[in-house]
Amino acid sequence: MYQYNDDDQTLINERVTQYRGQTERYLKGELGEDEFRALRLMNGLYVQTHAPMLRVAGPYGLLSSKQLRMLAHVARKYDKSYAHITTRQNIQFNWPDLKDVPDILADLASVQMHAIQTSGNCLRNTTTDHLAGVCTDEIEDPRAYCEIIRQWTILHPEFAYLPRKFKIAVSGSEQDRAATQLHDIGLHLIKNDAGEIGFRVLVGGGLGRTPVIGKVIRPFLEKQHLLSYLEAIVRVYNLNGRRDNKYKARIKILVKESGIDQMRDWVEAEWQQIKTSMEVSDERYAEIQAHFTPPTYVTNAEQDNSFDANKEQSTAFATWIKYNTADHKIPGYRAAFISLKAPDSPPGDITDKQLDEIAALADLYSFGEVRTTHRQNMVLADIKQADLFELWQKLDALSLATPNIGTATDMICCPGLDFCALANAGSIGIAKEINEALDDIDYLHDIGDLKINMSGCMNGCAHQSVGHIGILGVDKKGVEWYQLTLGGSSENEAALGERLGPALAKDQVTQAVSTILDVYIKQRLDEEKFLDTVKRVGVTPFKEAIY
Amino acid sequence: MKIIKDKQIIENSWRHIADDEATGSGDITVSLSRWNNEKSTLASHSGDIGIRIAPADNVADIADELNNITLVAVELPAFTDGRAFSHARLLRSRYGYKGEIRAIGSYMADQAFYLNRVGVNAFEFENATDLALAISTMNDFTVKYQESSN
Repeated sequence: MYQYNDDDQTLINERVTQYRGQTERYLKGELGEDEFRALRLMNGLYVQTHAPMLRVAGPYGLLSSKQLRMLAHVARKYDKSYAHITTRQNIQFNWPDLKDVPDILADLASVQMHAIQTSGNCLRNTTTDHLAGVCTDEIEDPRAYCEIIRQWTILHPEFAYLPRKFKIAVSGSEQDRAATQLHDIGLHLIKNDAGEIGFRVLVGGGLGRTPVIGKVIRPFLEKQHLLSYLEAIVRVYNLNGRRDNKYKARIKILVKESGIDQMRDWVEAEWQQIKTSMEVSDERYAEIQAHFTPPTYVTNAEQDNSFDANKEQSTAFATWIKYNTADHKIPGYRAAFISLKAPDSPPGDITDKQLDEIAALADLYSFGEVRTTHRQNMVLADIKQADLFELWQKLDALSLATPNIGTATDMICCPGLDFCALANAGSIGIAKEINEALDDIDYLHDIGDLKINMSGCMNGCAHQSVGHIGILGVDKKGVEWYQLTLGGSSENEAALGERLGPALAKDQVTQAVSTILDVYIKQRLDEEKFLDTVKRVGVTPFKEAIY
Repeated sequence: MKIIKDKQIIENSWRHIADDEATGSGDITVSLSRWNNEKSTLASHSGDIGIRIAPADNVADIADELNNITLVAVELPAFTDGRAFSHARLLRSRYGYKGEIRAIGSYMADQAFYLNRVGVNAFEFENATDLALAISTMNDFTVKYQESSN
């Protein structure tokens, strides 16, 4: 993974010093509330219902074991001994003290981590495929491009006060696992007819109040123009994006109001002026790519016989392999998911002890690296098949082996009313209820591939509008109600869910989800997946069963 | 009133004239629209003329005249309005403007670092105590990832 050089380290150290000064001035009353708010947000610090919340950047989801141990330390020393993985591959702490944050950032800086631009109206953390570099459908490893984008975004002097937040995601594979069509800019590595690799560039996707699927602004962008094209888009947005209404300030509204053709004309005109001066050279790419060379895999991993024998002997192990591991490009290796969706734990939460233990497992089995996923789980990407049984046993002992990846209980869920100042309704409690209702693992596996996403307010942090089943909490005269949608997707066939009917009362939500699953089981043909059934039969049969 | 210019605190010699205000004498700035409407009469003004760029203005409109202008003021009506950053960057990098670019309006001393990076070399603040602070924040970082004007 990318290792900081002296300049990278100096920059984040200087950022800590800068923020320490800003915090001191705020605490002395020398910096106003609004001013400090903007400055702290650009260091990841929100003020929430109970306490500040600190969001630490997980650059394109990649973490070292050393960094995991530091996160465990932060959770123990400054928080209530747990952290939370977000849908943008970041790590959140829910209970830090505002005055401790400079010390936390200094601790994080000692392991090449920071919270720069994890919030605020600026260029945010770039995300990518959690199976980057190991998946079997990859066109090219996207991580070097992500690092180049990361460096371009960090402390970009022109784009720190954009109309609204700005998120970029990169996918390097055929299957989009990074929800790139739902980002302000989505980049797909593709191969053109001449066999050259470049980017398909999408713009104006996003979730939140007005979910929109991104539109192609440039079908093929040569690699050397990556940064100039990004700069052109963001400059056009900075100068032309709406600033009169924060709900209309995202680039998706600019694209919608101006039209994609006008947007393309603006961007192309701007780009022509800067493309030659901002080229990324082959040498530069090579220098960054050298940080992402594949680890030294053993050449005979697939000759191991214990893997098949263990699968035959233990159904539980075989089930875990089926649901919680993914194919690897190297024969005899698999990528193993760490499920952060145990039935009794809020989705995405992880304790200090689990972080420390995962660090040890990463060192032992997976070249000391871990990834976070946009569905709030983690991945050990490089496990020899001979090690999988032992790994499974150890994960199981840590409650990290619930075999539910990609199933109904692998829910994306925001912190909701319990923690978030913006939320209108609870989400963790409903997740728990749904989990309890679906506690029969065989039933869960029979339902199969299903993505339930639940947000406690319109801001849609849990991407409910692209959930196969989306649940949105709303407030009606002080009472929590829940709006259900069906048929959303954030993958290749990105789609926004269709509203099922009027919002439901809190005590009806779990029953409605069960009813939806019953209708699916009745309606499905052969091996048809949930999303395909919804596409084929439409929402009416589901609606009729619920209302 | 004192301002910062090239990281020094100096006395200000410019007055910002509203669109309906008499120009008087001395060095003045006018809005881009007044400049466009009254160019010929402003040419006979006794002092120097500077142009104020409001957030929604397009700096390309003055590209051909920059050789004759000694000051361009970029306006931040609120510290959250980041258009001034792009205006300054374009003035320096695209149109090669060498004169003074001054940040005016309502913004934070903490923004001086980025403003300086995009080419702003003069700063007016509502509060005089911000002057020394702004100079110090311009030295917050000794390293950078992006090419810019500074």
